[in-house]
Amino acid sequence: MRAVRRTVVTAAATAAALTALTACTAKSDAEDGDAIRVTAADDTCETSAGTVPAGHVTLKIENKGSKATEVEIVFPDDRIVSEKENIGPGTKYTLTAEVKAGSYEIACRPGMKGHGVRQKLTVTGGGTAAKRDPRLDQAVAEYRQYAQDQADGTLPRVETFVKAVEAGDVAAAKKAYAVSRLGWERTEPVAESFGDIDPKVDVREDGLEDGQKWTGWHRLEKALWQDGRIGAEEKALAGRLVTDLKDWQKRVGRAEITPTSMANGAKELLDEVATGKVTGEEDRYAHTDLVDFKGNVEGARKAYELLEPVAAKNDPALTAELDKQFAALETLLDKYRTDKADKTSYEFVSYDKVGKEQRKELSDAVNALAEPLSKLAAAVVVK
Amino acid sequence: MTETDQIQEPGGARAGATPSRRAVLGWGGAGLALGAAAAGGAVAVATGGDERAAGQAAGGAVEFHGAHQAGIATPVQDRLHFAAFDVRTGDRAEFVRLLKDWTAAARRMTAGKAVGDGAYGGLAEAPPDDTGEALGLPPSRLTLTIGFGPSLFGKFGLAGNRPAALADLPKFPGDNLDASRSGGDLCVQACADDPQVAVHAIRNLARIGFGKVAIRWSQLGFGKTSSTTPGSQTPRNLFGFKDGTRNIAGTETGRLERFVWVGEGDGGPDDAWMAGGSYLVARRIRMNIETWDRTSLQEQEDVFGRDKGEGAPAGKAKEHDEPFLKAMKPDAHVRLAHPDANGGITVLRRGYSFTDGTDGLGRLDAGLFFLAYQRDVREGFIPLQRRLAAHDALNEYIQHVGSAVFAIPPGVRDENDWWGRTLLSEEA
Repeated sequence: MRAVRRTVVTAAATAAALTALTACTAKSDAEDGDAIRVTAADDTCETSAGTVPAGHVTLKIENKGSKATEVEIVFPDDRIVSEKENIGPGTKYTLTAEVKAGSYEIACRPGMKGHGVRQKLTVTGGGTAAKRDPRLDQAVAEYRQYAQDQADGTLPRVETFVKAVEAGDVAAAKKAYAVSRLGWERTEPVAESFGDIDPKVDVREDGLEDGQKWTGWHRLEKALWQDGRIGAEEKALAGRLVTDLKDWQKRVGRAEITPTSMANGAKELLDEVATGKVTGEEDRYAHTDLVDFKGNVEGARKAYELLEPVAAKNDPALTAELDKQFAALETLLDKYRTDKADKTSYEFVSYDKVGKEQRKELSDAVNALAEPLSKLAAAVVVK
Repeated sequence: MTETDQIQEPGGARAGATPSRRAVLGWGGAGLALGAAAAGGAVAVATGGDERAAGQAAGGAVEFHGAHQAGIATPVQDRLHFAAFDVRTGDRAEFVRLLKDWTAAARRMTAGKAVGDGAYGGLAEAPPDDTGEALGLPPSRLTLTIGFGPSLFGKFGLAGNRPAALADLPKFPGDNLDASRSGGDLCVQACADDPQVAVHAIRNLARIGFGKVAIRWSQLGFGKTSSTTPGSQTPRNLFGFKDGTRNIAGTETGRLERFVWVGEGDGGPDDAWMAGGSYLVARRIRMNIETWDRTSLQEQEDVFGRDKGEGAPAGKAKEHDEPFLKAMKPDAHVRLAHPDANGGITVLRRGYSFTDGTDGLGRLDAGLFFLAYQRDVREGFIPLQRRLAAHDALNEYIQHVGSAVFAIPPGVRDENDWWGRTLLSEEA
């Protein structure tokens, strides 16, 4: 759980802009004559032109629908060139972007969700659109698959957990709790990019907003460890956890993922460790923080390894340092395995048994990795 | 909390007027020109008068380079952020690289410049080199002073280079030391007239150090409790008393050489790297503020051996009157700490008051962060504190809760030099 959930999306737009073009979402005074008028409604998205010259492209957007909408210029693979979110019913907005020659789509997304209604946009002249390094496309595709695999792998584990809760078996539920979270923890930044799922499944009691009902893993964690009993409400909440996570599983493949968002996501996973796990706040009743910790580090490492071929070429000193610090942190975590011989197990020492000095050592190791990891995104975009 | 003769010197020689950070940033090359002016210009400043007037405007820069590190005999600034670090790397070359990186950053920050490529204007995808909170602030007389703790000499094959003068402190009666607020392989003392400038400096050095070193503990201080500038107002400690009236002044070259700076011949050949350096003792001294405040004025004045208003020694009229020690109670703080009562022992004090909020029982977590520089810990703080710990009437109201000792290497000579070179350079 974390407070800021939009980084992946924001980074996606930034990455697209930097990779191929310079986008600008500020209002512009462009002449009407040069602009493409975009009339968005609840079911339609009309554009006044399908072909424009490369360079400064202006969209004069009007929302004639009943819902707030979002208008984007996107690449065929859905990477965003430029976008404007939250254009209210009856309002107008001017969006400008520097667009190179190539094929694009203009997408209107009424209600700001889904694929939206789309129109082709052909940008001519001025050479062809800059192509992204194919290795980065490959990295994104593999990471997308990883995120999907994690969601797919989580559901059976969560169902084991939920069945134990529904059977009223406290001991079995406790045993299944921590591992049911692993896939989520490994890909948390992607999962959190769907702003609505995280508050349902991974919110902690102190993160609740006024009027928000507490649901998800941590609500059940408290029932199991603090209250030590399972009632009708807990059983109902367990079922809801499965439903909400199935929603995640269904949507994860559509997440906006870019090389930059992957790199930033890796850093954010370390931020999660630094703010939630090292302090013992994440699993404050179960004290299984080290399992989440391990999941976060594994997810960060996956994103890093996929980006490493490009990053190593641009900044070999950085990747050498990252290799070293990933290894150091993993070695340190190994010390907390309950069975030190089994490096595949997710059985870790209960975090309430980890002393102040040991937590400091873990925190130092997290800082040692997170600081160079914060430079990975730049090493991926810079040529 | 020792009362010693203190060396006083306006330290104006180090200081040159330098424009604000903003100005330096804006002008680009101007920083270089001014750096040169500061180094060569060595403005002689009249003794006497207020520290700020003596040094220059409070916002100016203090020269980073010199035979001795700044932040010892240079005029005492208003604020402190002191940090102790543990070394995490086992790689000597990496440690040396860090010291060089730190030196470069310190050189820039003390001149009022941002670290590295600055705080903005770089790649949107990368975090900026500088954290940015000191942008637009003047240099604020920032000094950064590095030190090496005894535990550092257990690493990197340095065991033979540990000076005997860097002695471990014995346990003194009444000590209640918290290990997590004590010791450290390294320290950096950041002093500035603006707390944000001091904090910015430690924050950025810590950031550069991640993976190589980790902060072990740190302490913020305010309200300097000592002065190295004669004639300036003697600061008061949190007990409300003037203390350190007769600190060594930055102008007292002779006494600095005798009591503060390590000489060429001190120690053996293995200690030669310390020539021009000093030794620092840092003690976090908690004051029992509430019980002190309930103490009668007579008792308070007896405990210190001074009057509260003027700060005059017992039986005298003026603060700077020569104390007549026998007029004081035998356990009075000034009497016990005075050089005349200690075979001439003298240290240069540079402490700050601190208040770290309250302690959970509704009492101020406050006191004195005592910093003392000396030529040899065995001939400075240790004998002095033995005496104070055994007899000082003040002990009823204070407790030493943190402790550390550091070897302070000599100054960074020029643009090519770096912190710790005399100890760690393979070529030296």
